[in-house]
Amino acid sequence: MSNSRDPVWRFLLPSLVFVGVFSLYPILESFRLSFYRMILTLPWLGQKFVAWENYRDLITDPVALGSLTTSMIFVIGTTPIEVLLGLAMALVLNESFRGRGWLRAIVLIPWAVPTVVSSQMWRFIFNDRYGFFNFLLFGNATQFYWAPLAEPGLALMSIMTADIWKTSSFAGLIILAGLQGIPGELYEAAGIDGAGPWQKFRYVTLPMIKPALLLALLFRTIDALKVFDLVFVMTQGGPADTTNVLQFYGYKKTFAEGMIGYGSAIAVTVFLVSLLLSILYIRMLGSGLLRKEKPA
Amino acid sequence: MKRITFAASVVAIGALTLLPFLWFMLTSWKTASEISAIPPVLLPSFHWDNYRSAVEKYGVFHYIANSAIVAGSTTLISILIASLAGFALARFRLCWARFYLMLLLALSMFPQIAIAGPVWRLLNFLDWLNSYQGIVAAYISLSLPFAIWVLTTFFQELPYDIEEAALIDGCSRWQALRLIVFPLAAPGVFTAAILVFIHVWNEFFFALIILTNPALQTLPVGIALFPGEYTMPWGEIAAASTIATLPLVALTLIFQRRIVQGLSAGAVKG
Repeated sequence: MSNSRDPVWRFLLPSLVFVGVFSLYPILESFRLSFYRMILTLPWLGQKFVAWENYRDLITDPVALGSLTTSMIFVIGTTPIEVLLGLAMALVLNESFRGRGWLRAIVLIPWAVPTVVSSQMWRFIFNDRYGFFNFLLFGNATQFYWAPLAEPGLALMSIMTADIWKTSSFAGLIILAGLQGIPGELYEAAGIDGAGPWQKFRYVTLPMIKPALLLALLFRTIDALKVFDLVFVMTQGGPADTTNVLQFYGYKKTFAEGMIGYGSAIAVTVFLVSLLLSILYIRMLGSGLLRKEKPA
Repeated sequence: MKRITFAASVVAIGALTLLPFLWFMLTSWKTASEISAIPPVLLPSFHWDNYRSAVEKYGVFHYIANSAIVAGSTTLISILIASLAGFALARFRLCWARFYLMLLLALSMFPQIAIAGPVWRLLNFLDWLNSYQGIVAAYISLSLPFAIWVLTTFFQELPYDIEEAALIDGCSRWQALRLIVFPLAAPGVFTAAILVFIHVWNEFFFALIILTNPALQTLPVGIALFPGEYTMPWGEIAAASTIATLPLVALTLIFQRRIVQGLSAGAVKG
């Protein structure tokens, strides 16, 4: 099929150059740097090979371990809720009713809002003196008002709330696509067999959208592990490191403290955790999904 | 009964998604005393001082200009590059096309921090930190995996007949792409462009580490680093946020069908 006048590589070369230089090389370089000790902004001090020392420091660093736990709590606490809310949205949007177009447009708004904007928005809603959240809980009794973003137990939950608001609709869109792929005959056949609405949902809808549900869960999980903007704006990792997720800790070590070797060890850990989760999910999905999306 | 439950869920979904943002938008038209009032003032007095101050004191338009330059050029270049790659992956029978697509998918899953340090060092070495070309280069490589996936999918769905006829008539592959595939796939290319644009307009992490010079910073950085440690200027933040978001909301509402299609049909990455 190739044509001697314009060979394939000419079409692929530009993308290969960018991907190679700005994605592939940096990942390999992160692996390499994680075995060195060097200061980001003072490269002339040289890099010293320290073998596994960064990783040894990492597993004995209580902040790093806390950070891993925080990230895990964040992933486990947000993604199932996002998928469930997304499922609810998708089920409603899959019906035909007046104003459906409007609802679909409204649901897209949180997705379109820049994360930084939604972070400031939720920071305002959770404000300790005049935030709407406090008013909802305590009304005019300002003496009881909380400072959710300054309370160790509540700060992470506040950030999780903001994440759920922002991203449930993305999960919803993927699930909606799954719902729309179910042939109507299946419901007719189930109806003839005497299935009620719940049975139709349980035995037709749910099995048919399982791949979409898992896909939504996969994308949300991978994204939740990357959470950064919300933490940066709302809490800066505090109070007392309780919202110090992996990506933020890696950023702090690498760019605020300049410890690029140690920061790279954190980066490699985040990378491995997300790789592990991706493989796990893809195995759960079976290869069916990937086969479907594979080009001819 | 069933109808009431359904109507209630429609209202609940609409309210929960819309109200928090509406509340923040309304804040942008409030005076300082209205913002800190308990019980909260629902309807603002609609004064525009926050906008004036966001523009004059905090230079919002300046950040918008940076964002527009960065997001615009990233979208243009990455769609061009991705069209070439998508065309090759969809049309040439390459045994490693699937491998390349999987690699791109894997790359798009990686957390940004996994490449942030080396990207910073690379740009530092090129003297491209605090420059448009530096941030645009980083953004192009970030958007390519998604753009290539979506465009490959769109190109595959196009009928092959016309192209084949043109090739038989002596048209080159390059001409086939430029004269036949690209115009035919225009809706898909446009969808991919909108999604890339929105993604880049909203990106914060790389903008934060690459652009430390306020003169070059993009809108998300400006909003995240809004000055004010003890008393936050909420009215101005809300005004700036509204200005930053309205173009996107408008784009989303106008092109909602395409966006939903692009996100779910391509369903690769958000």
